[in-house]
Amino acid sequence: MDTRFQPGDTVRVRVDSPPHHFRTPVYIQGKVGRVAAIHGEFRNPETLAYGGDGLPRQPLYLVHFAQSDVWGQYDAATRDTLFIDIYEPWLEPVEH
Amino acid sequence: MPQVHDRGGWPGAGPINQAGHDLSMWEQRTDALLVLLSSPTKQLIRVDELRRAIESLPPDAYEKLSYYERWISAIETLLVEKGVLTKEEIDRKADEGKVTSNE
Repeated sequence: MDTRFQPGDTVRVRVDSPPHHFRTPVYIQGKVGRVAAIHGEFRNPETLAYGGDGLPRQPLYLVHFAQSDVWGQYDAATRDTLFIDIYEPWLEPVEH
Repeated sequence: MPQVHDRGGWPGAGPINQAGHDLSMWEQRTDALLVLLSSPTKQLIRVDELRRAIESLPPDAYEKLSYYERWISAIETLLVEKGVLTKEEIDRKADEGKVTSNE
């Protein structure tokens, strides 16, 4: 499987609001997290939603974020982590 | 501005009501209908399409409808879109149902 990112990579979620169906919630867009795992490759829901074949398959990642990075005001435990599944086209690399 | 279904972190949305309730017969039938329509042998509706149709509901309708009302509304949209049924056929059958339930 040819993937752009590997577990441990730092990534930023793209900010976008395409006119079609998409699975990346607005609250996570623009946030920086790290790839925890690669789930595999799956047919793309953005075209499946309109009767398309969903091909080519897209790598789907499990990405984790510090909750304090996701929410502007977050006063619970600072080690709280959000895990979320995100398709590759929604991720961009972050240079260290 | 997020769409109506994309509501993670909406301010003032309040806690989620997690109380369960028994499903009525029409809700169970709606669930069964989607299982049939999306079965590997039929493949008339994909779950991705159902989601898209639910998300396309006008925001006020989305807020007003219950969970399975959103489902059945989306199923109707998709069956008409795919030419399986017409709006007229569905409305006629719904009217027949009203008569039956009054008997």
